[in-house]
Amino acid sequence: MKNKSLVSINDYSKEEQLHILDIAQEFEKNPVQTILQDHVIASLFFEPSTRTRLSFESAVNRLGGKVVGFSEASNTSVKKGESLRDTILTVANYSDLIVMRNPIDGSARFASEISPVPIINAGDGANQHPTQTLLDLYSIRKTQGTLDNLDVAMVGDLKYGRTIHSLVIALCNFNTTFHLVSPVELKLPSSVKMHIKERNLTYHQYTEMDEVLPKVDVLYMTRIQRERFSDPLEYERIKNVYNLHKGMIEDTKDNFRVLHPLPRVNEISVNVDQSPKAYYFEQALNGVFVRQALMTSILGIK
Amino acid sequence: MESKKIKELKVSAIENGTVIDHIPSSAVFQVIRILKLEAFENMVLFATNLESKKYGKKGIVKVSNKFFKPEELNKISLVAPHASIIEIRDFQVQQKTIVETPDRIKGIVKCFNPNCITNIEHIPAIFAVVDKEDTRLKCHYCEKITTCETMEFR
Repeated sequence: MKNKSLVSINDYSKEEQLHILDIAQEFEKNPVQTILQDHVIASLFFEPSTRTRLSFESAVNRLGGKVVGFSEASNTSVKKGESLRDTILTVANYSDLIVMRNPIDGSARFASEISPVPIINAGDGANQHPTQTLLDLYSIRKTQGTLDNLDVAMVGDLKYGRTIHSLVIALCNFNTTFHLVSPVELKLPSSVKMHIKERNLTYHQYTEMDEVLPKVDVLYMTRIQRERFSDPLEYERIKNVYNLHKGMIEDTKDNFRVLHPLPRVNEISVNVDQSPKAYYFEQALNGVFVRQALMTSILGIK
Repeated sequence: MESKKIKELKVSAIENGTVIDHIPSSAVFQVIRILKLEAFENMVLFATNLESKKYGKKGIVKVSNKFFKPEELNKISLVAPHASIIEIRDFQVQQKTIVETPDRIKGIVKCFNPNCITNIEHIPAIFAVVDKEDTRLKCHYCEKITTCETMEFR
């Protein structure tokens, strides 16, 4: 995978994805090393992000590498009207690898085609967020012991959630049975469902989550954003339907785990946090190991 | 045979050039634009809403003294998937072919997604044709699907 940019999850084969997870497992045992000390990583965040940016930067720092970059575009040359092309070509002179988050859809693919150094897409608009997908796969494999033949429920905004889209596509490699829970207006788009159908996998659609919980191994929750609704009353109604609280997870399987890409608002009650079945904060920690694995393999160190 | 003769007379024959037949009536002007005939200096004849046994109504475009490359003509398959291409020399049909939808489209169609990089920086949109029958184009950059209904030409 040396020098191979990661823009969309499908840029990496199933085997390559599993290889990254295996390396991440090694980093989990030994996350502090000095193997990146001769490297400079550019971290270009054209829009704010907490988890993704900090976990990338933490991943680099723990391996002894240096980070250059910015965490918002407002006081950079972008504000002066510089094109993305010029920004990328310039920054490529100063770094060995560019991690980029950009609000424009497709910006990461474009950057990967003009940049002389590899690009890792840390989120391009509403399109893709492949490192989140890798850490989700890592978290699922770690909690379930396998990625194969699982029943996975996805709950919330399935229409606009880019983490959902990438994860569904990735799980299609592992014979997953999908349980898709969303309001009618936020159903999984047909362009994503197409991947499930191509593999002849089973999926079920629901508007409420109660009946799904006892059946599944993994519950992947996402945030429903107010701005997706034209009717504010509808938002208020739906917000309460998609609220997970402690009582609801009592009758679930022993291996059942709740995942969430975070940030959460009120879709998971705080009283779920103490349950051993709540996994979302560990999931965020896994992001560091997965990003260490990805960067070191792209740089040809692992 | 009789009716075919009359139909042909509705648009004069050309001596040399290309006839593009079986264009959906609604797509005639798009075909003219895609083939850049608005700026063409020789004679261009066209008609819409002609009777067609196969399609009900159809359009036709005749271009004098112009022979297109297949890749130029294949671009029109997006709006006229069943068009036939007839090469005329000395008023005689030299060759008759049917357009083929290419697997990849570059530069002629605009991505419908206003937040796509191709609509923000000056780069040509590139699409993979994921469905040739219903014309569904997947953007190489933003990965969104542009359909017949949302298609706009550059």
